[in-house]
Amino acid sequence: MDPITFELPHTLKAPKAAPSLGPTSRTMQPMITGTSVVAFKYKDGIMMAADCLGSYGSLARFRNENRFMQVGATTLLGASGDMSDFQFMKHKLEDLLTSEYDMDDGQSLGTKSVYKYVSNIMYGRRNKFDPLWNAYVVGGIDNGEAFLGYANLFGTTYQSDCIATGFGAHLAIPILRRRVEGRADEISEEEAVRILDDCMRVLLYRDCRAFNKQRRAKVTAQGVEISEPYALETDWSIADRVVGYGA
Amino acid sequence: MAPLLEPNAGFKFDNAKRNQLLSDKGYMVPTATKTGTTIVGLIYKDGVVLGADTRATNGSIVADKNCRKIHYLAPNMYCCGAGTAADTDFTTSMISSQLALHSLNTGRDARVVTAMTMLKQYLFRYQGHIGAALVLGGYDVMGPHLFTIYPHGSTDKLPYVTMGSGSLAAMSVFESSWRPELSREEAVEMVKDAIEAGIFNDLGSGSNVDVCIITKDNVEYIRGYSQPNERVPKEQSYRFAPGTTEFIATAPAATANDAAAMDVS
Amino acid sequence: MEFGLQLNERPMEAPREAHGHNHWNPYVDTGGTSLAIAGEDFVLVASDTRQSDGYNINTRYDSKAFELSNKTVLALSICSADGKRLYEILEQRAQLYFHKHDKPIGTEALAQLLSNTLYSRRMFPYYVFPILAGVKADGKGVAYSYDALGNMKDVTHIAYGSAAALVQPFLDSQVGFANQRNADPNRQLTRDQAMRIAIDAFTGSTERDIYTGDWLEIFVVDATGVHKEVRELKHD
Repeated sequence: MDPITFELPHTLKAPKAAPSLGPTSRTMQPMITGTSVVAFKYKDGIMMAADCLGSYGSLARFRNENRFMQVGATTLLGASGDMSDFQFMKHKLEDLLTSEYDMDDGQSLGTKSVYKYVSNIMYGRRNKFDPLWNAYVVGGIDNGEAFLGYANLFGTTYQSDCIATGFGAHLAIPILRRRVEGRADEISEEEAVRILDDCMRVLLYRDCRAFNKQRRAKVTAQGVEISEPYALETDWSIADRVVGYGA
Repeated sequence: MAPLLEPNAGFKFDNAKRNQLLSDKGYMVPTATKTGTTIVGLIYKDGVVLGADTRATNGSIVADKNCRKIHYLAPNMYCCGAGTAADTDFTTSMISSQLALHSLNTGRDARVVTAMTMLKQYLFRYQGHIGAALVLGGYDVMGPHLFTIYPHGSTDKLPYVTMGSGSLAAMSVFESSWRPELSREEAVEMVKDAIEAGIFNDLGSGSNVDVCIITKDNVEYIRGYSQPNERVPKEQSYRFAPGTTEFIATAPAATANDAAAMDVS
Repeated sequence: MEFGLQLNERPMEAPREAHGHNHWNPYVDTGGTSLAIAGEDFVLVASDTRQSDGYNINTRYDSKAFELSNKTVLALSICSADGKRLYEILEQRAQLYFHKHDKPIGTEALAQLLSNTLYSRRMFPYYVFPILAGVKADGKGVAYSYDALGNMKDVTHIAYGSAAALVQPFLDSQVGFANQRNADPNRQLTRDQAMRIAIDAFTGSTERDIYTGDWLEIFVVDATGVHKEVRELKHD
């Protein structure tokens, strides 16, 4: 039987084959990637959104990715960047959860601990010059308090009331800072959903790697909830006002 | 003796080869002042509103805290500039003078497309080496017009536009709140919000908001329309006592009497 | 567990790439500025809290000055990730010292420890410019400044970070009285004077350095402990 082959899209540089990098191979160029994750605090906890696209360069390759992971009872992990590195991270976290479960000590892994774990892995891998090509958002409720933190491939970390990765850092953050910063504990769930959808809609309009099929996730005192994929309503009425480029 | 010749118009490239040689040898090329900027424009019911922040930067240093980025082109036309400050200043003033001659020749106000075409042809000629990214707005016999012009000479004609390092922050405001047939108040407010999104979220933009509202037969240019970044007073005075500066020699200073002594009438 | 210098261990080194090309640069500059002013019986440390990445502000509040004990404060600049790890290491070592010797570690000991810790990464340096400030055993205020490799110097005033080139000459003039004919070189600043100078240094550099701003954390360390104050800076 013939081996199955397919051509790489011309816009994507051919991925470096492992042997050319010597005995070890590293993520020096991400393969399947996810774009922005948008997250913020609101009255009941944490809201997060990410779309379902796994891009292969500029090819919309996988259209049903899930870029969220529930970690323990009250923690949510959102990932952007290389999806295989995300799967590796999920594996590590599942191992961690298993070993915590095996302790059988009545303790459960809190959000801050998960965040520290993810941050340490990211910083450790950057120190090995072998980064996990991701930007992560960790959100949850820790000891009754909402927590939201960020960690990326350089080991850079920070906590904030509103966090967005990738293109979201440019397009969603200005909206979030204006509508969330300083009043997170006044925002109802309905308003939070509106804010989130507004951010995701702007990203859909302006980020070439965005996709109109996304999941919303939240962490409240009741636990973690990750929605089924849904599409946003869009408005293209501007289209008939755009004619030509000048004269 | 040969008379001094007036220099030819346009750029001189005499030193291009020498400079390339020097930079290849590792000499530093002088850095230009950039207006790492937020500039925007939008069309509303009765005209065009342009907006700009007022920060000019040189690397990570703020070169000018209150610079003017909305340039005059013609009585019915203004142009926001982002990119290399000198290029936006000179390009707009040169096109402005050509437009003035053009309307004297034709006896009419110049059209916005005319300015747009002159700008794009000029920038295309220099293949992006003139680092001017422009938002051009105006009102002529054909109504309100709004264009963006990129340094390589491409143009866009859209109902709302943004440019500069804060363009994404500003665009996030337009994309989530723009709608057709805005009122004047709504339009100015939206432009202010877009510029402020750049000022507070983009490090290349800062200080104040300038706006320019162009309608049929009227222009309202408002410097410092919004001033959300006033500096707090200093904690103390830093005036030095007279005689603080060290000196190594003295020379007699000119006095009022010296001036009188010079009188030779 | 023994924490002395172990000679059989090689210092951490940057792993070499199999090929020269395709190098990934692990260092990032997240901006921000820190300064310290040492007085007779106190020391003042101030840092802004903006963390940035290129032209983006990551967060308006990310501390880069930390209390290591009730008499020592550590301020970091440049790479936030390396800074935070360095703080964790010193914090752990200070704790271990406390449990082992039943007394808090002194400022001078921490200062040397910081130098050694930095040099242990000679071949893959922490991308930080630390300032360690506190009161010494004799009750005098002191500030130590370091380069990324561990070179250490005690100073009366120092500025590091993205606005260092703006703040250092200002401190040289107002704290060090440099090039002033009638100034008494032995004059010591009071706590209030140091505070005013630190605040003006930061409101000034917020005006002119795009990476400095948002909030200012000021620590004053004296015989009674560490006193922290937070002020607002401009957000643009």
